Parts: sequence; structure tokens; C-alpha cells
Amino acid sequence: MTDRPIKVLIAKPGLDGHDRGAKVLARGLRDEGFEVVYTGLRQTPEMIATAALQEDVDVVGLSILSGAHMTLVPRVCRLLREEGQNDVLVVVGGIIPDDDAGELRAAGVAGIFGPGTTIGEVAEFLRANARPRT
Amino acid sequence: MGALDAQPPDPLERARELAEAAIGGDRRALARLLTAVENRTAVAEAALRTLYPKAGRAHLVGITGAPGSGKSTLVSALIAEVRARGRAVGVIAVDPSSPITGGALLGDRVRMQSYATDRDVFIRSMASRGHAGGLASTSAAAAAVLDACGFDLVLLETVGTGQSEVEVAAAADTTVVLEAPEMGDEVQAIKAGLLEVADIVVVNKGDRPGAQRTASQLRAMLVAVARVGSADRGHHAAVLAAGAEPGTDGAAHGTDDAAPGTADAGSSPIDRPRPKQPEVLITTATTGDGIPELLASLDRHRAAGRAARTSSARRARAEAQVSAILADRIRAKLDAPERRVEYDELLRAVADYELDPFAAADRLLDGLRR
Repeated sequence: MTDRPIKVLIAKPGLDGHDRGAKVLARGLRDEGFEVVYTGLRQTPEMIATAALQEDVDVVGLSILSGAHMTLVPRVCRLLREEGQNDVLVVVGGIIPDDDAGELRAAGVAGIFGPGTTIGEVAEFLRANARPRT
Repeated sequence: MGALDAQPPDPLERARELAEAAIGGDRRALARLLTAVENRTAVAEAALRTLYPKAGRAHLVGITGAPGSGKSTLVSALIAEVRARGRAVGVIAVDPSSPITGGALLGDRVRMQSYATDRDVFIRSMASRGHAGGLASTSAAAAAVLDACGFDLVLLETVGTGQSEVEVAAAADTTVVLEAPEMGDEVQAIKAGLLEVADIVVVNKGDRPGAQRTASQLRAMLVAVARVGSADRGHHAAVLAAGAEPGTDGAAHGTDDAAPGTADAGSSPIDRPRPKQPEVLITTATTGDGIPELLASLDRHRAAGRAARTSSARRARAEAQVSAILADRIRAKLDAPERRVEYDELLRAVADYELDPFAAADRLLDGLRR
């Protein structure tokens, strides 16, 4: 009905404590007009999937710099699917080697944003690809 | 989940499905319903009409206070305490929307992670979306949905408030106002506004220096002064003496009030609103100190409110809801295309000082009756 803002969950799965990037992105997306739910550090995939469900977000953004993305990201994608959240867009940011991109995309990741990506680019991608809102 | 994905064309049908699934315990349906409520869709209205008669059982507790006073951490500690007693708890946590971009950073969940995957804990962040009273305009409706879905306790956490965002008092059965130690002197405690609507005042960060002194000052000014207004002079003197005493009784303070916040219901010779007599408690939400006492205080306040026939908080909530809907309905009628010309013309006349605003409003109201 109304054109409500796109709602994004920004979460940091795993054990690395480098949350500056996630916070900068959360703040930047706020300035781009998104409603950003920030859940902070050291999230398990189960916590992220539950938060995504309760908050009914359109996008889940995962920030990982630990190298554990090949374990954590597919698990988040699988849990979202199991909950029936197939239409939630999953994007990943952080240090993701190019060689891993194909497998992550196959697992359900729609976008991968490495160092140097601008907030404007992320915002544009989310606006273009987030599920239609009712 | 298949039924949820198929989108029936009829909003009434969709509303019925969502409401039934949500009541049946489907958390995804509940989340979708809350989104509809936030967006004020036709589905939400239809669903709320179905759900409303099933609500009214939960204890709605408002948590408010200045930014950084520890509201989210206190909510998290309360969740732990409530879950230990086996009750289901829902949380509506509101953070402000940007007046510039409409965006929002909803960060309350950061402090509420311990029970993130507990089925009987449901946390929903809401952006205020331009509403100024400390909540979103749809927060009360969202709380009603959680109530109808069987959550025993619903916590409504406001945006960080200043002195006068008192709307939460109408949305909740019990209002908790948080203060941090050394937030101000006794004069702050006797200013009108937020502290006046408190049923329970919590001095959080009780491990910080000054917590006891702040609690004593608040107790002296809020509780004693409220009682000075009552007829019992002997009682007044005793309370003043007690209030002047610096806090000496450990973490559980102020539990001497038999019926907190229910100042003299009924027997007042003059029919004038009486100041509340809030309990003043000290908590340290990060460690859980004082949280069992806070929950006990909440339960006492609830029991006292139930004893009254229809609690004044409930009546205030009913009035706030009905008047908001009424205003919306009138607004919608005024915005109807066939009235738009008259409306614009009247606004122009007022803007040009040809017509006074009262006359313009009267003519619009007359127009609605036609």
C-alpha cells in the first residue's frame, strides 16, 4: 500500500570482531533511506535466521572477515529456506576470495561486495533486487 | 507454509489466513502480520478486527527513558527473568526514523541476543516513521497482535526519550521510566512530564556511583510529595523521614508500597487527577541485580490494576486508539477527490487571512455530514 522503506538485517556471523565495516554500512544504508536492523557481533546462523524471520526483513546482509564464509553463509541460506523465507535477498560483504563466489552464489547469495564497494553501489543493488514489498 | 505464499486476491481472506496462522503459533505469519500493521494495509485492519477480541490478556509494559539509560539491556534482563518463570514474552522495540531520509537504524536487538532463538521470545524492531511521541503510530496495534497471539508479557520499548514523550503510558498497562545515576538534581524529579506517568521508576546502572543517592532523591520527591497531597498528615511526616534516608536497604528498594502507582483510587473528595506514587527501584541490568524485584513490582502493579474495574491505563489506551483511527478516517474522507477542491479552497482562504481556522474546520465537518 504505502511505499515502505526496504528493511535490511545487517549481521556478523562467526567469531571475528571486526564490525567497523558492518556499522559503516548500517549507517550508510540508513542515510540511503533503508530501515536497518543491526544485530551486532558473533551471531550464529540460527540467530540470524530467527532475527530475519521475526523482523520480516527484505534483505539479509552478512559481514564476514574471518574466512569462515564457506561454512556460515550456506547455513544461513539453508535456514532461511527452511523457514520459508525464500524471497529474502542474501548479500555478503567482507573478504571473500573470487574462487569462492560461485559456490556462494549456488548456495543462494545474490550479491558479494568486497573492499572498495561504495555504499551507493550496495544501496542501488538492494533497491534493484529486493523482493517487492506489500 | 504453502498457504502463506499463495497470495489470495482478497485482503479479508489473506487477513483471516494470517491471523489464524499467527494465533496458531506460526511465527512467520506473525511477522508478516506485524509488517502489514506497520504499513497500515487493508489486510492489517481486517486482521486486527479479528484479533482484537482475543487480546486483553497480556500484561503490556512500557519501558522508556533517556538514550543510553539502558532500556534494551533492561529488556534483555527482563526476558531472562520472565523466561525462567516459563512465560512467553514479546517485545516491540522502537528506534527513531530519520526525518531527512526516512531511513532508520534499529539497534535494540544487539542487547537482546541471549534468547534470540527461544520460540517463546519474539522481538520486533520498529522505526518510528515520523511519529513523535516515543513510539511508532502502529506500536499499540502491534502490541495488540502479540497479545492476541498469546504472549503473556509484551514489552514496549520506546525510542530514547527526553522529558515529555509520555505516549507510552497510554499504550501500556504499566509504565517503567529508566533513569541513570546522577541524571540531575531533585528539581529534575519534580518537573512535569515523563516521571509523572511512571508507575515504576528504575535507577539503572546501579553499580555506578551515585545510584543510591539518585534513588533516594527520586523517592523523596516522587513518593513523599505525592503523599503530602493526601489527607493523612501523620503518614506524610513518616514518609518524608523515610524518603530523606539515603538508600540503605540493598537492591530491592521501595517495596514498602502496598499498591504502587495506584494513588488513592476512588476515595478522593475532589475529582482531580492524583499524582502517581511510583515505586523507585535500583537495577543493574548488565548483571541482573534488582531484576527479580522489578518483575515482582510489575506483577504487583498488574494485580492492582486488575482489581480496579477497568484500569485507567486501559481506558486511556482505548481512547488513544479510537481517536487515532477517527482522525485517520476523517483525514481519509477529507482527502477524497470530491472534497479536495473545497478543502484546498478553505486552506487558501485561511492562508490569506480571509477566513479564520475555526470556521474552516467547522465547514469541513459540516461537509462530512452531508
